[in-house]
Amino acid sequence: MTMWATVPWSVRLAALVALGLLLAALAAPWLAAIDPTDLRNFNLADAELPPAFVEDGDPRFPLGTDNQGRDLLSAILYGARVSIAIGAAAVLTALTIGVTLGLVAGYVGGRVDAVIMRVADVILSFPTILLALLVAGVARALLPEAEAARLAPFVLVGAIGVHDWVQYARTVRAATMVERSRDYVRAAQVIGLPARRILFSHILPNVVGPVLVIGTVHLAGAVLTEATLSFLGVGMPPTDPSLGTLIRIGNEFIFSGIWWIAAFPALMLVVLVLAVNVVGDWLRDRFNPKLRGRT
Amino acid sequence: MLKVLLARLGQGVLVLLAVSAIAFAMFRYVGDPVLTMSREDATPQEKAELRAFLGLDQPVPVQYAKFLWRVVRADLGISYRNQRPVFELIAQRLPATLELVLAATVISLLLGIPLGVYCALRPGGWLARGVQTLSLIGISTPTFVTGIALILVFAVWLQWVPSFGRGNVVDLGGWTTGFLTASGLKSMLLPALTLSLFQLTLIMRLVRSEMIDVLSSDFIRFARARGLPARRIHFTLALRNALMPVITVTGLQVGQLVAFAIVTETVFQWPGMGLLFIQAVGFSDIPVMAAYLLFVGGLFVLINTVVDLVYVLVDPRLRVRGA
Repeated sequence: MTMWATVPWSVRLAALVALGLLLAALAAPWLAAIDPTDLRNFNLADAELPPAFVEDGDPRFPLGTDNQGRDLLSAILYGARVSIAIGAAAVLTALTIGVTLGLVAGYVGGRVDAVIMRVADVILSFPTILLALLVAGVARALLPEAEAARLAPFVLVGAIGVHDWVQYARTVRAATMVERSRDYVRAAQVIGLPARRILFSHILPNVVGPVLVIGTVHLAGAVLTEATLSFLGVGMPPTDPSLGTLIRIGNEFIFSGIWWIAAFPALMLVVLVLAVNVVGDWLRDRFNPKLRGRT
Repeated sequence: MLKVLLARLGQGVLVLLAVSAIAFAMFRYVGDPVLTMSREDATPQEKAELRAFLGLDQPVPVQYAKFLWRVVRADLGISYRNQRPVFELIAQRLPATLELVLAATVISLLLGIPLGVYCALRPGGWLARGVQTLSLIGISTPTFVTGIALILVFAVWLQWVPSFGRGNVVDLGGWTTGFLTASGLKSMLLPALTLSLFQLTLIMRLVRSEMIDVLSSDFIRFARARGLPARRIHFTLALRNALMPVITVTGLQVGQLVAFAIVTETVFQWPGMGLLFIQAVGFSDIPVMAAYLLFVGGLFVLINTVVDLVYVLVDPRLRVRGA
């Protein structure tokens, strides 16, 4: 409890907001009025209704409806769920790959290390969004349309993960190189434990701390990248929209003065990412100040 | 110096080879060019002839070498979508993107450096705190949301500026510029501002932390002890040293800006390379996608090398270490 007392109020608020949004998104099937992915639940006659609190609003739809007559609040709750799930899956994938490669590179060294780190250098010289767009774009060109919609979440996870594993790998590699010469590793080698066991049961627990901090920071970035890809039309399809897809739909109606379809999902996205960013920044400064400015 | 340059060039060649291999793989394996180009009722023999004509029956390394040779001669194939040479399409769109990136860089430097200096000199002030908070919101807001918000407020509600396109442009021998007409400049305002925001935040934070670092160093304390005027200490001595990393970051960010221009150009329907790329993705126009990849890969290698060289030139300490 003493640690909680040192947490500034802004971080506490952000943590509460992040947790609240996370729970709301997880509980979307129970909180939302309708399931927006099921065509039977909405009616085109209700399309583009303004939010309930403005003139001409319909009390059935607190935040109005989108171009297909979907309740926007329900769509946002479900959309946030999709966004968070893809973001978290991307972070976990990148983390698993990065940590494994980092452990191997740091422990084995030599040519294996050189190859892994060269690939990492090349990847790092490109921005996340560019690589992600390329992967998503090529996947789109390769897959037939029906498959593309079904596999979209997996493509997105891969597209985001292809860049993000590098930072985990670099961090873990550096830490592993230090641990490698410690006595407990020597001892484990002497009694003949297999390398796999030494890496994952002995070294891993000692190098995993900073990785979790980077993971929190990356979560915000992964959610943003997913939103950007969906906005650009290479992400989630309109039938199963993420927050980015909803903003893409809304963007087409901005000029007719229909602002709510884009505005509310955008607000949700910004608040979510901001809250996670504040928590992540604080964790980073608190537990790993050396990483500051590197993410 | 030479060592740094060689190491950089080596890595650059590696990146270019990797990028070109991916581009080649896209051409070769995404979709079958023979199926795309031949008639529906083509006989197997006709297909084999076309395959031989396109050189697709040769060993893959030979095909890759030929591909590289074509790339070197700027022969990037023909766009599936509008049947024009890809090189021509890119050359035509290049000025729009580069002007947008230039405008965004200028905006972010003009605003970012003074704001960063101010925040470093008055760390507790309400303006500094406000700017810090805004910058956190800034990095949490995706580019496309900023763009849509600006369009909604300034183009739809207030109707001060246009919301899409480049306005009137002047053709300077193949290079179209929007800097010379009033409508061109007005059209550039919102996209450039949108694109600059992320970089602006970055530069501001960087200048601030560097200034704070430099201001607590010995030579500044010595200058204070000598009784030099504060203005001279802050701007001539401290700022000059704090700007060193800004050079690197601004340079490296040019690449990021070109990448993020994809998003900005989509929001504002800005006819640059980013929009070309997004349209190519939408139509699975592989030659355009591959060419864009090659172009950006080359651009990144160029930027990284130039930034390293400039850095070595500006910072004498690196020159000694490199020699």
